[in-house]
Amino acid sequence: MIETENLTKKYGDLVAIKDLSFKVEKGKIWGLLGPNAAGKTTTMRILTGFLPATEGRAMVAGYDVFEQPEAVKQSIGYLPETVPVYPEMTVEAYLGFVAEIKKVPRSKKKGAVDRAVEIAGLQPVRKRLIRNISRGYKQRVGIAQALIHNPQVVILDEPTIGLDPAQIVEIRQLIKSLKSEHTVMLSTHLLAEVTQVCDGVVIINEGQLMASGSLEELSATFKEKDGVYLRLKKSDNEILSLFRQLPGIDKVYLEGLEIKVEWDRSKDMREQVVRLCLEKQLGLLEMRSTAMNIEELYLRIVSGGMES
Amino acid sequence: MKAIWPVIKKELLSYFTSPIAYIVISVFLLLSGFFFYSLVWWFNSQAMQMAQNPDYYQQVNINQMVFAPLFHNLSIILLLMLPLLSMRLFSEEKKMGTEELLFTSPVSVIQIILGKYLASLIVLFTMLFLSAIPTIFTFIYGNPEPLPYLMGYLGLFLLGAAFLGLGVFWSSLTENQIVSAVLTFGTLLLFWVLSWAGYSARGLWQDVLNYLSFFEHFDGMTKGILDTSDLVYYLSFAFFGLFLTNSVIQFRRWR
Repeated sequence: MIETENLTKKYGDLVAIKDLSFKVEKGKIWGLLGPNAAGKTTTMRILTGFLPATEGRAMVAGYDVFEQPEAVKQSIGYLPETVPVYPEMTVEAYLGFVAEIKKVPRSKKKGAVDRAVEIAGLQPVRKRLIRNISRGYKQRVGIAQALIHNPQVVILDEPTIGLDPAQIVEIRQLIKSLKSEHTVMLSTHLLAEVTQVCDGVVIINEGQLMASGSLEELSATFKEKDGVYLRLKKSDNEILSLFRQLPGIDKVYLEGLEIKVEWDRSKDMREQVVRLCLEKQLGLLEMRSTAMNIEELYLRIVSGGMES
Repeated sequence: MKAIWPVIKKELLSYFTSPIAYIVISVFLLLSGFFFYSLVWWFNSQAMQMAQNPDYYQQVNINQMVFAPLFHNLSIILLLMLPLLSMRLFSEEKKMGTEELLFTSPVSVIQIILGKYLASLIVLFTMLFLSAIPTIFTFIYGNPEPLPYLMGYLGLFLLGAAFLGLGVFWSSLTENQIVSAVLTFGTLLLFWVLSWAGYSARGLWQDVLNYLSFFEHFDGMTKGILDTSDLVYYLSFAFFGLFLTNSVIQFRRWR
Protein backbone atom coordinates (compact mmCIF):
# COMPACT_ATOMS: atom_id res chain seq x y z
CA MET A 1 0.00 0.00 0.00
CA ILE A 2 2.97 2.30 0.73
CA GLU A 3 6.28 1.59 -0.92
CA THR A 4 9.44 3.62 -1.26
CA GLU A 5 12.53 2.88 -3.28
CA ASN A 6 15.82 4.68 -2.63
CA LEU A 7 13.97 7.79 -1.55
CA THR A 8 16.38 10.69 -1.05
CA LYS A 9 15.72 14.28 -0.10
CA LYS A 10 18.39 16.97 0.02
CA TYR A 11 17.97 20.54 1.21
CA GLY A 12 20.95 22.12 -0.48
CA ASP A 13 23.93 20.24 0.94
CA LEU A 14 21.94 18.83 3.82
CA VAL A 15 20.74 15.29 3.25
CA ALA A 16 17.45 14.87 5.11
CA ILE A 17 16.80 11.28 3.99
CA LYS A 18 18.97 8.95 1.98
CA ASP A 19 18.10 5.82 0.00
CA LEU A 20 15.06 5.04 2.09
CA SER A 21 13.31 1.85 0.94
CA PHE A 22 10.46 0.25 2.85
CA LYS A 23 7.05 -1.30 2.36
CA VAL A 24 3.82 -1.09 4.35
CA GLU A 25 1.16 -3.69 3.72
CA LYS A 26 -2.53 -3.01 3.28
CA GLY A 27 -4.66 -2.87 6.43
CA LYS A 28 -1.73 -2.49 8.83
CA ILE A 29 -0.70 0.21 11.24
CA TRP A 30 2.96 0.98 10.76
CA GLY A 31 5.07 3.24 12.97
CA LEU A 32 7.81 5.49 11.69
CA LEU A 33 10.35 5.74 14.48
CA GLY A 34 13.51 7.72 14.87
CA PRO A 35 15.19 10.36 16.99
CA ASN A 36 14.65 14.08 16.39
CA ALA A 37 15.76 15.24 12.93
CA ALA A 38 15.89 11.62 11.72
CA GLY A 39 13.82 12.53 8.65
CA LYS A 40 10.39 11.26 9.75
CA THR A 41 8.44 14.40 8.85
CA THR A 42 10.33 14.78 5.56
CA THR A 43 9.45 11.19 4.65
CA MET A 44 5.79 11.80 5.45
CA ARG A 45 5.75 15.07 3.53
CA ILE A 46 7.14 13.32 0.48
CA LEU A 47 4.58 10.51 0.73
CA THR A 48 1.75 13.04 0.92
CA GLY A 49 3.01 15.05 -2.05
CA PHE A 50 3.78 18.12 0.04
CA LEU A 51 7.47 17.90 -0.80
CA PRO A 52 9.09 16.38 -3.86
CA ALA A 53 11.95 13.93 -3.38
CA THR A 54 15.37 14.66 -4.83
CA GLU A 55 15.78 11.06 -5.97
CA GLY A 56 13.97 7.76 -5.71
CA ARG A 57 10.42 6.59 -6.05
CA ALA A 58 7.38 6.41 -3.78
CA MET A 59 4.12 4.59 -4.41
CA VAL A 60 0.99 5.13 -2.37
CA ALA A 61 -2.21 3.14 -2.96
CA GLY A 62 -0.81 1.98 -6.29
CA TYR A 63 -0.05 5.48 -7.58
CA ASP A 64 3.33 7.05 -8.13
CA VAL A 65 3.64 10.09 -5.85
CA PHE A 66 5.60 12.04 -8.45
CA GLU A 67 3.81 10.91 -11.60
CA GLN A 68 0.23 10.92 -10.28
CA PRO A 69 0.25 13.40 -7.38
CA GLU A 70 -3.45 14.21 -7.63
CA ALA A 71 -4.49 10.54 -7.42
CA VAL A 72 -2.14 10.09 -4.45
CA LYS A 73 -3.55 13.15 -2.68
CA GLN A 74 -7.04 11.81 -3.26
CA SER A 75 -6.03 8.46 -1.68
CA ILE A 76 -4.28 9.91 1.36
CA GLY A 77 -5.52 11.44 4.59
CA TYR A 78 -2.78 13.40 6.31
CA LEU A 79 -2.48 14.83 9.80
CA PRO A 80 0.65 17.00 9.94
CA GLU A 81 2.52 17.59 13.20
CA THR A 82 0.76 20.94 13.65
CA VAL A 83 -2.96 20.26 13.41
CA PRO A 84 -4.03 22.25 10.33
CA VAL A 85 -7.19 23.90 11.60
CA TYR A 86 -8.73 27.33 11.12
CA PRO A 87 -9.68 28.61 14.59
CA GLU A 88 -12.33 30.96 13.23
CA MET A 89 -14.36 28.07 11.77
CA THR A 90 -16.74 25.72 13.53
CA VAL A 91 -15.77 22.04 13.54
CA GLU A 92 -18.59 21.28 11.12
CA ALA A 93 -17.76 24.14 8.73
CA TYR A 94 -14.09 23.17 8.76
CA LEU A 95 -14.81 19.52 7.97
CA GLY A 96 -17.19 20.68 5.24
CA PHE A 97 -14.41 22.81 3.75
CA VAL A 98 -11.93 19.92 3.87
CA ALA A 99 -14.52 17.64 2.24
CA GLU A 100 -14.86 20.16 -0.58
CA ILE A 101 -11.13 20.55 -1.24
CA LYS A 102 -10.77 16.76 -1.05
CA LYS A 103 -13.37 16.66 -3.81
CA VAL A 104 -16.05 14.73 -1.96
CA PRO A 105 -19.14 14.99 -4.22
CA ARG A 106 -21.63 17.61 -3.03
CA SER A 107 -24.35 14.99 -2.53
CA LYS A 108 -22.08 12.99 -0.19
CA LYS A 109 -20.58 15.91 1.70
CA LYS A 110 -22.97 15.90 4.63
CA GLY A 111 -22.66 12.14 5.02
CA ALA A 112 -18.85 12.41 4.94
CA VAL A 113 -18.86 15.08 7.64
CA ASP A 114 -21.27 13.06 9.81
CA ARG A 115 -19.13 9.95 9.42
CA ALA A 116 -15.89 11.77 10.32
CA VAL A 117 -17.59 13.39 13.32
CA GLU A 118 -18.83 9.98 14.43
CA ILE A 119 -15.47 8.20 14.03
CA ALA A 120 -13.49 10.93 15.77
CA GLY A 121 -16.06 11.39 18.55
CA LEU A 122 -16.66 15.06 17.79
CA GLN A 123 -20.41 15.07 18.36
CA PRO A 124 -20.26 17.28 21.51
CA VAL A 125 -18.25 19.99 19.75
CA ARG A 126 -19.37 19.85 16.13
CA LYS A 127 -21.11 23.24 16.26
CA ARG A 128 -18.38 24.97 18.28
CA LEU A 129 -15.64 27.26 17.01
CA ILE A 130 -12.33 25.42 16.79
CA ARG A 131 -10.59 28.15 18.78
CA ASN A 132 -12.83 27.29 21.74
CA ILE A 133 -12.26 23.52 21.91
CA SER A 134 -9.62 21.64 23.89
CA ARG A 135 -6.29 20.43 22.54
CA GLY A 136 -7.55 16.85 22.58
CA TYR A 137 -10.58 17.74 20.50
CA LYS A 138 -8.40 19.73 18.08
CA GLN A 139 -6.30 16.61 17.58
CA ARG A 140 -9.49 14.68 16.92
CA VAL A 141 -10.56 17.32 14.41
CA GLY A 142 -7.18 16.81 12.73
CA ILE A 143 -7.79 13.08 12.52
CA ALA A 144 -11.36 13.65 11.33
CA GLN A 145 -10.15 15.86 8.46
CA ALA A 146 -7.67 13.15 7.47
CA LEU A 147 -10.53 10.64 7.25
CA ILE A 148 -13.17 12.85 5.69
CA HIS A 149 -12.83 11.45 2.14
CA ASN A 150 -12.43 7.89 3.39
CA PRO A 151 -8.86 7.54 2.08
CA GLN A 152 -7.13 4.20 1.64
CA VAL A 153 -4.02 5.46 3.42
CA VAL A 154 -3.87 7.60 6.54
CA ILE A 155 -0.60 9.30 7.51
CA LEU A 156 -0.35 10.76 11.00
CA ASP A 157 2.66 12.81 12.11
CA GLU A 158 3.00 12.55 15.90
CA PRO A 159 -0.74 12.20 16.51
CA THR A 160 -0.56 12.16 20.32
CA ILE A 161 2.02 14.88 20.89
CA GLY A 162 1.06 17.41 23.55
CA LEU A 163 -1.95 15.47 24.83
CA ASP A 164 -2.63 14.48 28.42
CA PRO A 165 -2.54 10.76 29.34
CA ALA A 166 -6.31 10.27 29.08
CA GLN A 167 -6.40 11.96 25.68
CA ILE A 168 -3.45 9.84 24.52
CA VAL A 169 -5.35 6.66 25.38
CA GLU A 170 -8.43 7.94 23.53
CA ILE A 171 -6.48 8.87 20.40
CA ARG A 172 -4.65 5.52 20.40
CA GLN A 173 -7.97 3.70 20.58
CA LEU A 174 -9.19 5.80 17.71
CA ILE A 175 -6.10 5.02 15.60
CA LYS A 176 -6.42 1.29 16.34
CA SER A 177 -10.02 1.39 15.17
CA LEU A 178 -8.91 2.75 11.78
CA LYS A 179 -7.09 -0.47 10.93
CA SER A 180 -10.18 -2.22 9.65
CA GLU A 181 -10.67 0.18 6.76
CA HIS A 182 -7.40 2.03 6.28
CA THR A 183 -3.67 1.51 6.08
CA VAL A 184 -2.10 3.77 8.67
CA MET A 185 1.41 5.12 8.99
CA LEU A 186 2.22 7.17 12.06
CA SER A 187 5.36 8.78 13.35
CA THR A 188 6.01 8.97 17.05
CA HIS A 189 8.65 9.43 19.70
CA LEU A 190 6.71 7.31 22.15
CA LEU A 191 7.93 3.74 22.01
CA ALA A 192 5.04 2.50 24.13
CA GLU A 193 2.72 3.84 21.46
CA VAL A 194 4.36 1.59 18.90
CA THR A 195 3.86 -1.55 20.98
CA GLN A 196 0.26 -0.64 21.73
CA VAL A 197 -0.83 0.52 18.31
CA CYS A 198 1.49 -0.64 15.55
CA ASP A 199 1.85 -3.91 13.68
CA GLY A 200 5.31 -2.99 12.56
CA VAL A 201 7.89 -0.24 12.41
CA VAL A 202 10.24 1.55 10.09
CA ILE A 203 13.15 2.87 12.12
CA ILE A 204 15.24 5.64 10.62
CA ASN A 205 18.20 7.56 11.94
CA GLU A 206 20.00 10.48 10.31
CA GLY A 207 17.84 9.99 7.24
CA GLN A 208 18.79 6.36 6.72
CA LEU A 209 16.79 3.22 7.17
CA MET A 210 17.98 1.28 10.19
CA ALA A 211 15.34 -1.45 10.31
CA SER A 212 11.90 -2.33 9.04
CA GLY A 213 9.50 -5.11 9.98
CA SER A 214 7.13 -6.35 12.67
CA LEU A 215 8.30 -6.02 16.27
CA GLU A 216 8.61 -9.80 16.61
CA GLU A 217 10.72 -10.01 13.47
CA LEU A 218 13.03 -7.26 14.60
CA SER A 219 13.34 -8.68 18.09
CA ALA A 220 14.14 -12.09 16.65
CA THR A 221 16.88 -10.61 14.47
CA PHE A 222 18.82 -9.71 17.60
CA LYS A 223 18.31 -12.88 19.56
CA GLU A 224 19.45 -16.41 19.05
CA LYS A 225 17.72 -17.68 22.15
CA ASP A 226 14.27 -17.36 23.62
CA GLY A 227 13.49 -17.66 27.28
CA VAL A 228 11.79 -16.48 30.48
CA TYR A 229 12.63 -14.73 33.71
CA LEU A 230 11.21 -16.58 36.73
CA ARG A 231 10.62 -15.17 40.17
CA LEU A 232 10.25 -17.95 42.74
CA LYS A 233 9.79 -17.93 46.49
CA LYS A 234 13.27 -19.37 46.78
CA SER A 235 16.14 -19.49 44.27
CA ASP A 236 19.15 -21.71 44.95
CA ASN A 237 21.49 -24.07 43.06
CA GLU A 238 19.25 -27.05 43.71
CA ILE A 239 16.37 -25.33 41.96
CA LEU A 240 18.61 -24.22 39.08
CA SER A 241 19.70 -27.80 38.51
CA LEU A 242 16.05 -28.89 38.31
CA PHE A 243 15.57 -26.62 35.33
CA ARG A 244 18.89 -27.70 33.77
CA GLN A 245 17.63 -31.28 33.75
CA LEU A 246 14.64 -30.32 31.65
CA PRO A 247 15.24 -31.56 28.05
CA GLY A 248 15.58 -28.67 25.55
CA ILE A 249 16.84 -26.12 28.07
CA ASP A 250 20.18 -24.60 27.08
CA LYS A 251 21.07 -22.24 29.87
CA VAL A 252 19.85 -21.55 33.41
CA TYR A 253 21.36 -18.90 35.66
CA LEU A 254 20.57 -16.34 38.30
CA GLU A 255 20.16 -12.68 37.37
CA GLY A 256 19.62 -10.77 40.59
CA LEU A 257 16.63 -12.28 42.29
CA GLU A 258 15.34 -13.84 39.07
CA ILE A 259 16.22 -17.09 37.34
CA LYS A 260 16.81 -16.75 33.61
CA VAL A 261 15.93 -19.88 31.64
CA GLU A 262 16.93 -19.96 27.95
CA TRP A 263 16.30 -22.33 25.07
CA ASP A 264 16.76 -22.34 21.33
CA ARG A 265 14.52 -19.94 19.40
CA SER A 266 13.02 -22.78 17.38
CA LYS A 267 11.32 -24.23 20.49
CA ASP A 268 8.75 -22.97 22.99
CA MET A 269 9.51 -24.36 26.48
CA ARG A 270 7.22 -22.11 28.50
CA GLU A 271 4.63 -24.83 29.20
CA GLN A 272 7.24 -27.31 30.46
CA VAL A 273 8.84 -24.67 32.67
CA VAL A 274 5.51 -23.81 34.30
CA ARG A 275 4.63 -27.49 34.73
CA LEU A 276 7.93 -28.10 36.50
CA CYS A 277 7.33 -25.17 38.83
CA LEU A 278 3.90 -26.50 39.76
CA GLU A 279 4.89 -30.16 40.09
CA LYS A 280 7.88 -29.36 42.32
CA GLN A 281 5.92 -26.65 44.15
CA LEU A 282 8.64 -24.07 43.60
CA GLY A 283 6.39 -21.14 44.56
CA LEU A 284 6.13 -19.37 41.18
CA LEU A 285 5.45 -15.69 41.81
CA GLU A 286 6.11 -14.22 38.37
CA MET A 287 7.15 -15.23 34.87
CA ARG A 288 7.97 -12.91 31.96
CA SER A 289 9.48 -13.27 28.55
CA THR A 290 13.10 -12.37 27.89
CA ALA A 291 12.01 -10.94 24.52
CA MET A 292 13.60 -7.59 23.99
CA ASN A 293 11.31 -4.73 24.89
CA ILE A 294 10.79 -1.94 22.44
CA GLU A 295 13.15 0.45 24.22
CA GLU A 296 16.03 -2.05 24.09
CA LEU A 297 15.24 -2.87 20.50
CA TYR A 298 15.05 0.77 19.47
CA LEU A 299 18.29 1.72 21.19
CA ARG A 300 20.17 -1.19 19.69
CA ILE A 301 18.88 -0.43 16.20
CA VAL A 302 19.44 3.31 16.36
CA SER A 303 22.93 2.87 17.79
CA GLY A 304 23.79 0.69 14.80
CA GLY A 305 23.15 -2.72 16.28
CA MET A 306 21.24 -3.89 13.24
CA GLU A 307 24.14 -3.24 10.91
CA SER A 308 26.51 -5.18 13.12
CA MET B 1 -13.76 26.84 -10.92
CA LYS B 2 -15.38 24.01 -8.98
CA ALA B 3 -12.14 23.44 -7.08
CA ILE B 4 -11.53 27.17 -6.55
CA TRP B 5 -14.93 27.90 -5.05
CA PRO B 6 -14.31 26.21 -1.65
CA VAL B 7 -11.10 28.22 -1.29
CA ILE B 8 -12.94 31.47 -2.11
CA LYS B 9 -15.68 30.66 0.42
CA LYS B 10 -13.18 29.80 3.13
CA GLU B 11 -11.20 32.99 2.53
CA LEU B 12 -14.32 35.15 2.64
CA LEU B 13 -15.31 33.44 5.88
CA SER B 14 -11.86 34.17 7.29
CA TYR B 15 -12.10 37.83 6.23
CA PHE B 16 -15.50 38.33 7.77
CA THR B 17 -15.00 36.35 10.96
CA SER B 18 -11.99 38.47 11.85
CA PRO B 19 -12.16 42.24 12.40
CA ILE B 20 -9.75 42.99 9.54
CA ALA B 21 -12.28 43.17 6.67
CA TYR B 22 -14.75 45.20 8.74
CA ILE B 23 -12.05 47.66 9.80
CA VAL B 24 -10.59 48.05 6.31
CA ILE B 25 -14.03 48.50 4.72
CA SER B 26 -15.24 50.88 7.44
CA VAL B 27 -12.16 53.09 7.31
CA PHE B 28 -12.27 53.11 3.52
CA LEU B 29 -15.94 54.13 3.53
CA LEU B 30 -15.37 56.76 6.18
CA LEU B 31 -12.53 58.35 4.23
CA SER B 32 -14.24 58.04 0.86
CA GLY B 33 -17.40 59.58 2.36
CA PHE B 34 -15.39 62.42 3.82
CA PHE B 35 -13.62 63.17 0.53
CA PHE B 36 -16.85 62.93 -1.42
CA TYR B 37 -18.64 65.29 0.96
CA SER B 38 -15.74 67.77 0.90
CA LEU B 39 -15.52 67.73 -2.87
CA VAL B 40 -19.29 68.16 -3.32
CA TRP B 41 -19.26 71.00 -0.81
CA TRP B 42 -16.36 72.66 -2.65
CA PHE B 43 -18.04 72.04 -6.01
CA ASN B 44 -21.23 73.71 -4.77
CA SER B 45 -19.45 76.79 -3.59
CA GLN B 46 -17.46 77.02 -6.85
CA ALA B 47 -20.59 76.44 -8.93
CA MET B 48 -22.44 79.21 -7.11
CA GLN B 49 -19.58 81.64 -7.68
CA MET B 50 -19.26 80.67 -11.32
CA ALA B 51 -22.99 80.94 -11.85
CA GLN B 52 -22.61 84.70 -11.56
CA ASN B 53 -20.51 84.70 -14.71
CA PRO B 54 -22.03 82.78 -17.67
CA ASP B 55 -18.58 82.36 -19.34
CA TYR B 56 -17.17 80.52 -16.35
CA TYR B 57 -20.39 78.61 -15.75
CA GLN B 58 -19.80 76.69 -18.99
CA GLN B 59 -16.71 75.21 -17.33
CA VAL B 60 -18.55 73.75 -14.35
CA ASN B 61 -18.22 70.01 -14.72
CA ILE B 62 -19.02 67.66 -11.83
CA ASN B 63 -16.99 64.82 -13.34
CA GLN B 64 -13.83 66.87 -13.42
CA MET B 65 -14.42 68.78 -10.21
CA VAL B 66 -15.78 66.00 -8.00
CA PHE B 67 -15.25 62.54 -9.41
CA ALA B 68 -11.76 62.85 -10.93
CA PRO B 69 -10.21 64.14 -7.65
CA LEU B 70 -12.35 61.69 -5.67
CA PHE B 71 -11.00 58.75 -7.66
CA HIS B 72 -7.45 59.97 -7.20
CA ASN B 73 -7.98 60.25 -3.47
CA LEU B 74 -9.57 56.80 -3.36
CA SER B 75 -6.63 55.35 -5.26
CA ILE B 76 -4.26 56.57 -2.53
CA ILE B 77 -6.54 55.17 0.18
CA LEU B 78 -6.53 51.83 -1.64
CA LEU B 79 -2.74 51.93 -1.70
CA LEU B 80 -2.79 52.34 2.07
CA MET B 81 -5.55 49.86 2.85
CA LEU B 82 -5.20 46.94 0.45
CA PRO B 83 -1.89 45.64 1.87
CA LEU B 84 -3.95 44.97 5.02
CA LEU B 85 -6.29 42.75 3.02
CA SER B 86 -3.59 40.79 1.24
CA MET B 87 -1.12 40.44 4.12
CA ARG B 88 -2.70 37.36 5.67
CA LEU B 89 -3.50 35.37 2.55
CA PHE B 90 -0.50 33.02 2.59
CA SER B 91 1.39 34.30 5.66
CA GLU B 92 -1.29 33.04 8.00
CA GLU B 93 -1.49 29.63 6.33
CA LYS B 94 2.23 29.25 6.80
CA LYS B 95 2.15 30.39 10.41
CA MET B 96 -0.81 28.22 11.36
CA GLY B 97 0.54 25.15 9.53
CA THR B 98 -2.59 24.95 7.41
CA GLU B 99 -0.63 25.18 4.16
CA GLU B 100 0.14 21.49 4.58
CA LEU B 101 -3.59 20.80 4.45
CA LEU B 102 -4.02 22.89 1.31
CA PHE B 103 -0.98 21.63 -0.56
CA THR B 104 -1.69 17.97 0.21
CA SER B 105 -5.26 18.26 -1.05
CA PRO B 106 -6.12 17.45 -4.67
CA VAL B 107 -6.56 21.19 -5.37
CA SER B 108 -3.63 22.56 -7.38
CA VAL B 109 -1.38 25.38 -6.15
CA ILE B 110 -2.65 27.63 -8.94
CA GLN B 111 -6.26 26.98 -7.94
CA ILE B 112 -5.42 27.82 -4.31
CA ILE B 113 -3.71 31.08 -5.35
CA LEU B 114 -6.62 32.02 -7.58
CA GLY B 115 -9.15 31.19 -4.86
CA LYS B 116 -7.42 33.43 -2.37
CA TYR B 117 -6.91 36.21 -4.88
CA LEU B 118 -10.52 36.14 -6.08
CA ALA B 119 -11.74 36.29 -2.47
CA SER B 120 -9.68 39.45 -1.92
CA LEU B 121 -11.10 40.88 -5.18
CA ILE B 122 -14.62 40.24 -3.87
CA VAL B 123 -13.79 42.25 -0.73
CA LEU B 124 -12.32 45.01 -2.93
CA PHE B 125 -15.46 45.02 -5.08
CA THR B 126 -17.62 45.24 -1.93
CA MET B 127 -15.58 48.22 -0.71
CA LEU B 128 -15.90 50.06 -4.01
CA PHE B 129 -19.58 49.19 -4.40
CA LEU B 130 -20.43 50.50 -0.94
CA SER B 131 -18.37 53.65 -1.51
CA ALA B 132 -20.33 54.26 -4.74
CA ILE B 133 -23.72 54.35 -3.01
CA PRO B 134 -23.52 57.98 -1.79
CA THR B 135 -22.20 59.15 -5.17
CA ILE B 136 -25.36 57.88 -6.89
CA PHE B 137 -27.17 60.87 -5.41
CA THR B 138 -25.25 63.14 -7.77
CA PHE B 139 -27.07 61.42 -10.61
CA ILE B 140 -30.42 62.13 -8.94
CA TYR B 141 -29.71 65.78 -8.21
CA GLY B 142 -27.27 66.55 -11.03
CA ASN B 143 -26.24 65.34 -14.43
CA PRO B 144 -22.73 63.87 -14.38
CA GLU B 145 -21.55 61.91 -17.38
CA PRO B 146 -21.93 58.21 -16.52
CA LEU B 147 -19.06 56.94 -18.69
CA PRO B 148 -16.14 58.71 -16.91
CA TYR B 149 -17.81 57.80 -13.60
CA LEU B 150 -18.00 54.10 -14.47
CA MET B 151 -14.51 54.15 -15.99
CA GLY B 152 -13.20 55.72 -12.80
CA TYR B 153 -14.60 52.88 -10.72
CA LEU B 154 -13.33 50.32 -13.22
CA GLY B 155 -9.91 51.99 -12.95
CA LEU B 156 -10.04 51.80 -9.16
CA PHE B 157 -10.96 48.13 -9.34
CA LEU B 158 -8.13 47.36 -11.77
CA LEU B 159 -5.69 49.38 -9.67
CA GLY B 160 -6.80 47.48 -6.56
CA ALA B 161 -6.51 44.18 -8.43
CA ALA B 162 -2.90 45.02 -9.28
CA PHE B 163 -2.20 46.03 -5.66
CA LEU B 164 -3.68 42.77 -4.40
CA GLY B 165 -1.69 40.72 -6.92
CA LEU B 166 1.48 42.21 -5.51
CA GLY B 167 0.22 41.73 -1.95
CA VAL B 168 -0.45 38.02 -2.52
CA PHE B 169 3.12 37.64 -3.75
CA TRP B 170 4.63 39.27 -0.66
CA SER B 171 2.41 37.26 1.67
CA SER B 172 3.73 34.05 0.09
CA LEU B 173 7.26 35.02 1.08
CA THR B 174 6.85 35.45 4.81
CA GLU B 175 4.84 34.05 7.69
CA ASN B 176 4.73 37.44 9.36
CA GLN B 177 1.67 39.43 8.31
CA ILE B 178 3.17 42.78 9.30
CA VAL B 179 6.27 42.14 7.20
CA SER B 180 4.04 41.15 4.29
CA ALA B 181 1.96 44.36 4.62
CA VAL B 182 5.02 46.61 4.95
CA LEU B 183 6.72 45.07 1.92
CA THR B 184 3.55 45.42 -0.15
CA PHE B 185 3.07 48.99 0.97
CA GLY B 186 6.72 49.84 0.27
CA THR B 187 6.61 48.36 -3.24
CA LEU B 188 3.37 50.15 -4.05
CA LEU B 189 4.84 53.44 -2.88
CA LEU B 190 7.86 52.82 -5.07
CA PHE B 191 5.66 52.32 -8.11
CA TRP B 192 3.73 55.43 -7.15
CA VAL B 193 6.80 57.65 -6.98
CA LEU B 194 8.13 56.29 -10.28
CA SER B 195 5.98 58.85 -12.04
CA TRP B 196 7.73 61.64 -10.05
CA ALA B 197 11.06 60.33 -11.22
CA GLY B 198 9.56 60.22 -14.70
CA TYR B 199 8.97 63.97 -14.66
CA SER B 200 12.66 64.71 -14.23
CA ALA B 201 13.90 61.97 -16.58
CA ARG B 202 14.39 62.40 -20.30
CA GLY B 203 13.68 60.40 -23.45
CA LEU B 204 13.25 56.67 -23.18
CA TRP B 205 13.72 56.65 -19.40
CA GLN B 206 10.82 59.04 -19.02
CA ASP B 207 8.60 56.78 -21.12
CA VAL B 208 9.65 53.66 -19.18
CA LEU B 209 9.17 55.25 -15.76
CA ASN B 210 5.83 56.72 -16.73
CA TYR B 211 4.69 53.39 -18.13
CA LEU B 212 5.62 51.60 -14.91
CA SER B 213 3.81 54.08 -12.65
CA PHE B 214 0.38 52.98 -11.44
CA PHE B 215 -1.16 56.38 -11.57
CA GLU B 216 -0.19 57.40 -15.10
CA HIS B 217 -2.48 54.62 -16.30
CA PHE B 218 -5.24 55.65 -13.94
CA ASP B 219 -5.49 59.26 -15.15
CA GLY B 220 -7.09 58.44 -18.47
CA MET B 221 -9.73 56.25 -16.87
CA THR B 222 -10.93 59.04 -14.57
CA LYS B 223 -11.57 61.03 -17.74
CA GLY B 224 -13.60 58.20 -19.25
CA ILE B 225 -10.89 56.95 -21.60
CA LEU B 226 -10.28 53.22 -21.66
CA ASP B 227 -6.92 52.64 -23.29
CA THR B 228 -6.09 48.99 -23.98
CA SER B 229 -2.52 49.58 -22.84
CA ASP B 230 -3.82 50.66 -19.39
CA LEU B 231 -5.97 47.57 -19.16
CA VAL B 232 -3.06 45.37 -20.23
CA TYR B 233 -0.79 47.09 -17.69
CA TYR B 234 -3.06 46.41 -14.72
CA LEU B 235 -3.98 42.90 -15.75
CA SER B 236 -0.39 41.94 -16.49
CA PHE B 237 0.72 43.47 -13.18
CA ALA B 238 -1.83 41.36 -11.29
CA PHE B 239 -0.94 38.30 -13.36
CA PHE B 240 2.76 38.85 -12.70
CA GLY B 241 2.08 39.02 -8.95
CA LEU B 242 0.19 35.71 -9.06
CA PHE B 243 2.84 34.15 -11.30
CA LEU B 244 5.56 35.12 -8.81
CA THR B 245 3.44 33.72 -5.96
CA ASN B 246 3.19 30.40 -7.75
CA SER B 247 6.95 30.45 -8.42
CA VAL B 248 7.73 31.18 -4.76
CA ILE B 249 5.52 28.34 -3.52
CA GLN B 250 6.89 25.88 -6.06
CA PHE B 251 10.47 26.96 -5.38
CA ARG B 252 10.03 26.52 -1.64
CA ARG B 253 8.80 22.98 -2.17
CA TRP B 254 11.37 22.00 -4.78
CA ARG B 255 14.48 23.60 -3.35
